[in-house]
This record gives sequence, C-alpha cells and structure tokens, in this order.
Amino acid sequence: MTLIVENLTIDHGAIRAINAVSFAVPTGNLAAVIGANGAGKTTLLRGLSGLKDIKSGRATWNDESIVGKRPENLARSGIMHVSDGKSVIAELTVKENLALTGLWRKDKKDVAAATEEVVSLFPILGERMSQSGGSLSGGERQMLAIGRALVARPKLLLLDEPSLGLAPLIIDQIFQTIRKFVTTMNLTVVLVEQNAMGALAIADEGIVLNLGSVVAVDSAENLLKDPAVRTAYLGY
Amino acid sequence: MIKLITAILTALTTGAIYALMSTALVLVWRSTRIINFAQAGQAVLSTYIGYEVTVRTGSFWVGVVGAMIFGALLGAVIDRFFMRPIFKRIQSGPILMIAPVVATLGLLGIIQSIIGFKWGLTYQSLAAPVSTDGYMLFDRVIAFSPFNLLVVVFATVSMLLLTLLFQKTNIGLALRASAHSPEIARLSGIKVDFIRTLGWALAGAAGGLAGMLYIPSSYLYPNAMDVLLVFGFVAAVIGGLESLFGAVAGAMLLGFAISFATSYVSEKLVFPMAFIMLIVVLLIRPAGIFSKKKDRRD
Repeated sequence: MTLIVENLTIDHGAIRAINAVSFAVPTGNLAAVIGANGAGKTTLLRGLSGLKDIKSGRATWNDESIVGKRPENLARSGIMHVSDGKSVIAELTVKENLALTGLWRKDKKDVAAATEEVVSLFPILGERMSQSGGSLSGGERQMLAIGRALVARPKLLLLDEPSLGLAPLIIDQIFQTIRKFVTTMNLTVVLVEQNAMGALAIADEGIVLNLGSVVAVDSAENLLKDPAVRTAYLGY
Repeated sequence: MIKLITAILTALTTGAIYALMSTALVLVWRSTRIINFAQAGQAVLSTYIGYEVTVRTGSFWVGVVGAMIFGALLGAVIDRFFMRPIFKRIQSGPILMIAPVVATLGLLGIIQSIIGFKWGLTYQSLAAPVSTDGYMLFDRVIAFSPFNLLVVVFATVSMLLLTLLFQKTNIGLALRASAHSPEIARLSGIKVDFIRTLGWALAGAAGGLAGMLYIPSSYLYPNAMDVLLVFGFVAAVIGGLESLFGAVAGAMLLGFAISFATSYVSEKLVFPMAFIMLIVVLLIRPAGIFSKKKDRRD
C-alpha cells in the first residue's frame, strides 16, 4: 500500500495552487509536507481527500485512483483527513464528535474498541466526554479531531497543521503522540506543517513545497541537515 | 375569565400549527441554508393528497398518513432533483444569495398552478374526525373544540418524536453534524447529500401534518397555507432559525401574542401583531430570542 501522487495540479480559482506535484509515501511511513504559508500545503491535502477538484494528474492509494471521488467515500475507504485545528463540531459533545466516524461502520464492537483506544491515547477526552466540543482548549480540540479520525480505523491519515495555534509544550506532546500511534497502528501519514522543525523531527521523509511546486524530497534526516532547507524553513 | 381561558386555548391551537410550519422551515434551513418558500405549496399539495385519501378511504387518519408520506416524498424529490442540481452549479457570488429565494418562490408558483389544473381554484372542505363544536365552560360555548385539542396533542407528540430522533438516534446525530458542519461530516464519512434530502423529507412530512390539522378549521384551496407560511417564517426567525426548540417556542410566543391581541384589542391585529414581533426581535436580538449568540451566523 503506497500513496502515489504524479503531476498533480490543482487550481484555486484563477490561481494555480498546486503545480505538477509528484511524490510517493510507502506504507507505514510518515511524510511531512513543509513550506511557507501559501505554498499550497492545505490545498494539496484537500485535493487528496476529495474536498477540492483535481485539475490534472494522478493520485492513487493502494493502486486505486482517488481522483474525482467524494470525500465521504474516500473517508469510508480508510482515507481520513483531519483539517486544521478547528475541525471539531462545537455544538456537539466530545462523545458525539467521536461517534461521527463510527456511524456508518458495521462492526459496532470494533467502533467501541477503537473509541476506547482513542481515550487511552488521549485520556483528557475521556474526562470531557459530555462537554461540548466548543468548550475545549485548542490542544484538546486537536486531540478530539485526531481521535475522531482514528475511531474510523483509517489506513491513510492526512493531517493538516496539528500544531496550529497551540502552546509549544502541547505541540511537542501532540507530535510525540502522533509518532506513537502511527507506529503502533501501522498508519501511513501525510503531515502538513508550517512547524517544519517539529514535523521533520518525527517524520520518515519530507517534501518541501514552494509556491505550489515540490522543491525537495528527501529523508527527514537529510532535510534537517540540508543547509538550504535549514535557512529557508528551519530558521537557523 | 372565559375570555382569558379562550385566549390561552386559542393560542395553544394556533401556536401548535405555526410550530409545525416553523419546524419544517428550520429543518430545511439547517440542512441546506435555504428558506423554503415553497413549503406552503408542498404542504397544501400534500393536504390535497390527504384529502383525496380521506375521501376514498373514509378515514381522516389514513388521510393524515397519506399526506405525511406524500409530503416526505415530495420534499425529497424537490431537494434531489431540483435544489441539488441548481446549487451544484452555483457555488459563489451574489446569485448564491438570490437563487434560493427565486428557486423556492418559483417552485411555489409551479405547485400552486399544478393544484389549480388538477383540482380547480375552488374551495373544498375537509371534515374533521372529531367534533369542531366548542367545549362548554360555565354554561357557555368556548372557542376550543375536541378537534383543537387533537391538534395540540398531535403537534406536541410529533415534536417530541422529532426531538427523540434528533437527540437519541444515529440518524439524528448525522442530521445535526451535517447541519453544523457539512465539511467535517463529509470527512467523517457521513453521506451529507443524503442526510440533507432526509431533512427536506422530514420537513415535507411536518408540512403535510400541519395542513391536515389546519384545513378542517378552514377551507382547502391552492393558497390555503400561504398565511401559515408567513406565520411559520416569523416564528422561525423569532426562534433564531437554527434550533427546533426555538422554532416551537417562537411559534408559541407568536400564537399567544396574536391570540391575546385579537381577543383583547382588535380582530384586525392578526398580521400587524406578527410583523411587530418580527421587527422587534430583529431589532433587539437578530439571532433570535433563544440564541446565545449575538449575531446571526452565515
């Protein structure tokens, strides 16, 4: 199972947001997509999850094309997209938010088991079950959004800026937790991040986007050592 | 004393029917962000079907079931084959604001002319299943009949069932999630388009029930429900458009305001009272009197 993206092009109105992007993520790998604001990172994820129309190019997961499919069908086939930090329904309780990805699953026993696993991964959610999503802190919302995706037992996880707007201490905690469950659950992950340092530290490989085009693909280790990447994105 | 009791009972009856209409409007608004002006037409056409079923089977109750089923199907068909294709093409720009209004008003006209063709522009009456003669109270007949009581009971029970559906079932959770955030619902694997159509179907059934409960006290003609659409809309806005509770509470408030104004001041105050309430609410609490938010969203 591999995610293969070839010459993917996505327009954002009249602007070309993603221009002939190609990369591959093997099963079980965590790929960090880094780049400045406006590099097209979020648009790339929205294209992969079916929220945004793909202009041209190919994208396959597990040898099956994901181009032109509806987001709800891609979600049901195991591709879960956690959009940015606000991806929690404020009017629903934590419990109801977590239940959304289990509604359509036939195996209710496994939904219950998956929910329990999520709660043991993020114990704070267990304490907040009957609170509304809107009452949570930024970090808790992020945990809830990720937790909700995990209840579906995804195969491919698309994470959009999980560190956005969080305190440094919480960011570190979230990144460590992501690394932990990616390994134990054998997930394949595309992690979009502006926090290049934190993302590359837990990633297997990195993809550097600039103005909609890929400027570098390498192992996370090498990218962290690359002088050009360091000056441009890591700030030292 | 009699005047007061009558005013209260009348308020409950009219409020119950307004509540069904405002609930129908809120269900559609929540699921598709459309104020469905065609609701009056859908409800009256469903009532015509209910009328035909009643005449053929001799049972008002079978007629009610017929009206509700037809109302649900009509609502679903309108969303699936009329609204969805229209809004697939319109994604942004000023037309996005106008299109729903034009589309639903146009649909209202189409439905009413279909009724005109089929049944003619005449008045028909639908007999109530129980007496419409007022109860006796202190040796005087009051303006509240067994049929009025039945209206209140039916409306209350259907609201309770709807609340249970929304709060206690998986379908209800999917309906709420899709209403609050269609994108998150989609990404969670919920078939939002289907859920929206379901919202239209529920609204259609509520409209059919409203018609069957209202028409026996009035007459059946193509424009019979237009007035109820206006009151239902006012009630929904008073309640903040977003919540079912608000829709029912707004309808009750409106029912009481109109009933008291007409029995204590003047019969002519029906419409002015409704619009006075609408304007006051929009000036003081534009997000509805039961909303925690200060502003209206979207």
